[in-house]
Amino acid sequence: MDTKKLKNLAISENGFVFDPETGYSYHVNQTGLFVLKQLQVGMAKNALIDAIVEEFEVTHDHAQSDLDHYLSMLNSMSILEAIDGSIS
Amino acid sequence: MEAYLKGLDITIAVSGLKTGDNPQPGVPVIRSIRNAGFTGKIIGLVYDAMESGIYCHDLVDEVYQMPYPSTGVDSFMARLDYILSNSKIDVIIPTLDSEVMLYIRMEDELRSRGIHTFLPTEDQFLLRDKIKLSQYFPPRGVDIPQTFVVQDIAQIMELKDRIDFPIIIKGKLYEAYKAHNFDEAFKFFYELESKWGLPIIIQRIVVGDEFNIVLIGDGKGGICGMVPQRKLVITDKGKGFGGVVVSNPGLDAFAVKVISELKWQGPCELELIKGIDGKYYLLEINPRFPAWVRLAEGAGQNLPAITVLLALGKDFDPLPAYRAGTLFIRHAEDIVSDVSILGEISVKGELVINKEVKK
Repeated sequence: MDTKKLKNLAISENGFVFDPETGYSYHVNQTGLFVLKQLQVGMAKNALIDAIVEEFEVTHDHAQSDLDHYLSMLNSMSILEAIDGSIS
Repeated sequence: MEAYLKGLDITIAVSGLKTGDNPQPGVPVIRSIRNAGFTGKIIGLVYDAMESGIYCHDLVDEVYQMPYPSTGVDSFMARLDYILSNSKIDVIIPTLDSEVMLYIRMEDELRSRGIHTFLPTEDQFLLRDKIKLSQYFPPRGVDIPQTFVVQDIAQIMELKDRIDFPIIIKGKLYEAYKAHNFDEAFKFFYELESKWGLPIIIQRIVVGDEFNIVLIGDGKGGICGMVPQRKLVITDKGKGFGGVVVSNPGLDAFAVKVISELKWQGPCELELIKGIDGKYYLLEINPRFPAWVRLAEGAGQNLPAITVLLALGKDFDPLPAYRAGTLFIRHAEDIVSDVSILGEISVKGELVINKEVKK
């Protein structure tokens, strides 16, 4: 996945996210905030699943399923872009 | 905040002091000029005694009622000569679409009286006309939503195989409506015709994100300052009552392209849309500052103050990059005043508010 656009997002600690390119703003919960911040510093998907497991004490399958769903959502909102149809 | 106008001992006249549900740009233009350290005299030029800026405290020093632009150059100039017999004017910033052409045509006479403006040429002004826009720009690589100019409703019927509803129907000067079928299209055609005359503009709706850009063209194809925003709050009249500054290289490049083709001189507002096809489409070019121009000041580019310097031919350092994320929300507030002020401006057509400011 291409996270170039995601790296431009202005992310506040309270979960308010502003996209300076489009003017859209979003709210994310604690987990969403954690994921966005890790993606901004370039963490790979597998490492991110491990980090979610450790941070939120969930199973690996649970973390992977929820992350896939979240990344699909970010892709559909054009916040990150799939490369060759893949967001992994 | 840069004090661009500090110590400048001049008189600046600004028109369009009405605020409210369809605000004019004069009040925010004056606020930005004051915020640039300007302590000289500001004259408000109004068309109506109920323009709310007349009643704002500490906004203008003097107010003069003007004849409507439709009365022509002679009556306008005669009124300005009267004002000049009371007070000098060094710079005029017109802020209403309907008067810009008049000021363009009066430029030489104004200059001979020591009055400076920073406006486009008549040709530039006419090229951004809603009717000309769709003819001038597409051959030059600037996309416009598919547009048809019609003179009667039969011509709308003739478009039945070429347009898909809903469509936008625009008056030649102001107002636009969304029509979902031919019946609505005919209704809006007659409404717009009765208000603004013919022709009427039919435009395909482009789905996407709308943006507005305030800028000053240097008259040579360059831009002296530019701030783009996306409207966050839109009233039922389509007016932006809230917005946020965006930073989008594609948007900036589009504005640069439009102005390089038009070689626009002076302030203007671009209305455009980024379609879901990823292309930018130019919707309109308004030939004056928008009412939200204080957002530019807030984002680091005081464009009204720069216009004063440009009118006077004064140099200034390149403006800083605008700050994306700067936000405005329009706030309506009641002004409490006295009926004697209304009486003064209604009866005499002029009002001296601040007698301390030197003439």
